[in-house]
Parts: sequence; C-alpha cells; structure tokens
Amino acid sequence: MASEAHGAETGGLVFHPMDQFIVKPLFGGDTIHWYTVTNVTLWMALSVVAVIGLMVLGTRRRAVVPSRSQSIGELAYGFVYKMVEDVAGKDAIKFFPYIMTLFMFIVMANFLGLLPMSFATTSHFAVTIVLALMVFLTVTIVGFVKNGAGFLGLFWVSSAPLALRPVLALIEIISYFVRPVSHSIRLAGNIMAGHAVLKVFAGFAAIAVVSPLSVVAITAMYGLEVLVAFIQAYVFTILTCVYLKDALHPSH
Amino acid sequence: MEGQLAHIGAGLAAIGSGAAAIGVGNVAGNYLAGALRNPSAAASQTATLFIGIAFAEALGIFSFLVALLLMFAV
Repeated sequence: MASEAHGAETGGLVFHPMDQFIVKPLFGGDTIHWYTVTNVTLWMALSVVAVIGLMVLGTRRRAVVPSRSQSIGELAYGFVYKMVEDVAGKDAIKFFPYIMTLFMFIVMANFLGLLPMSFATTSHFAVTIVLALMVFLTVTIVGFVKNGAGFLGLFWVSSAPLALRPVLALIEIISYFVRPVSHSIRLAGNIMAGHAVLKVFAGFAAIAVVSPLSVVAITAMYGLEVLVAFIQAYVFTILTCVYLKDALHPSH
Repeated sequence: MEGQLAHIGAGLAAIGSGAAAIGVGNVAGNYLAGALRNPSAAASQTATLFIGIAFAEALGIFSFLVALLLMFAV
C-alpha cells in the first residue's frame, strides 16, 4: 500500500492522512474474517454501549428534576420525535424507534470518532452503506405493503403534462435508486474528509515555522467537525424521514 | 505517467467541491434573505434548509469521492 512507502521514505512525524482509516485486527493475525475483532467493530460496539449507557442507565431514575444525562436523553428523544412527526407525518410515528436508533447510533459513532486515538467508524463506506441500504429496503417494502402498486405513482408525476411524464418517470426512477448511494456517501464522505483534513493540518504541525498556525487551524477545524458530526447525523435521519414520507404518501 | 495523470484528474475533481460550495452558499444565503424578511416563518423552515444543504453538498462529496478513487484506486 502507498502509505507504508510514505512512512518508510520520510519517517518521524510525517504520516499519510489516510492512514487513520486502515482496518486492523485488534488481537494479532493478518486475515480478517467476519468474526475478527477489528478497530471498526470495537468502536461500533463502544458507540452502542454509549447509547445504551445514555438512554437506559441515564434515564433509569426517571426523576422529575432530571439529572444531566437524563436531560440529554430526553432532549434527544424529543428532538427525534418532533422531527419524525413534522417531516414524515403522524402515521410515521410507528417507525420512530428505528429512526431514533439510527440517529443515536450515528451521532454517537461520529462523536466517539472525534476522540483522539479513536476510530471514526462512520468514515467507512461499508458501515454507512449498510445503514443506507437498510433504510432503502425498509422504505421500499413499506411503500409496497402500504400502497400496493399505487407506490409506483411516486414515479408517475400526475401534475406534469402527459408528454413529459415518461421522461420524468425515468429521472424519478434513477433518482430513487441513487438514494442509497448518496445517502451513505454523504455521511461517510463528510466524516472521512473532516478527519483527513485534521490529519493534514497535524502533519503541518511538525514544521516549526507554521506550527502555531497549524495548531490554531486544528482547533478551529475540530470545532467545525463537532458541528459536522451532529449535522450529518441529523441530515441522515431527516432524509430517512423524507423517504419514509414518500413511501407512506407516494402521490406527487 | 498514468499515475501523474490520475493526480491531475484528482486535482480537477477538486473543482467539484468549489461548485458544491457555491450551491450550499446559495441555499444558505437565500434562506437567510427569506428569514430576514419573515423571521416568524424562519424556524419552521430549518429542516428544509438542512435537506437543501444536504442535497447540494452530496454532489460535492461525489467529486471528492472521484478524487479519492483517482488517488488510491487507479
């Protein structure tokens, strides 16, 4: 791989900005099977544990005056509930547990990925594509179960002139099948680009002349990345809600 | 030679992020212009704002992906 060549040539503090995304088995060995514990699976498990810790243990006491962790849990619950209700409609509330799970997992994985020495699991396309494909399959199946063949009305724009409709139907079908691609690549690309930029600035810190500037830049970029980590989780969930609304009410 | 051409292509693909920046700026700027005209309606449209930004940004991310593919996969 190119990264090893880079490291061998220069050594020291110079490193490749994409090295941080290499998947490694934690307990030795070179081959990765489906059951191998890697840094990706470790940090995914940690984010699940963090969500459980926040939502189950944090709200266990059910105090009238909430503790800090309970109020964060209540805030997250209310935030996602209102999002589902506003964007996808009242009848989408039965999908709220799924959407809440998606949001909490992504936001926790993003935030844990920002810890120094940690691993950003959502920067891997393999992780986000699974999430996006699950949303895509769910939405498609729900659409056909709820509306039957009427779900195909999503592609037949009845408000357009008749001559235009086949063309529009083609465009709608393409855009429908690109959804899981853009849905997953948006999340992974944003997180990956942000972390790569942080590492690029970290590489500049080794050069004495620009290192103060570089440290300031890392701090500023890190602040931006904290914002991006939340916004991308928000965007992922809100797009899930939009797709769900399309499935429940496919008429144009 | 081919590797160098791939690097040039990756640099050209980075133009796409500039184009996405124009798109995102357009969305946010128009939202702000509308919000200042009618501040009471602004809060109800933040979700639409983020959806618009997400769609505009996705295409910039695609060009970033093309650059990555040219750098590491070709």
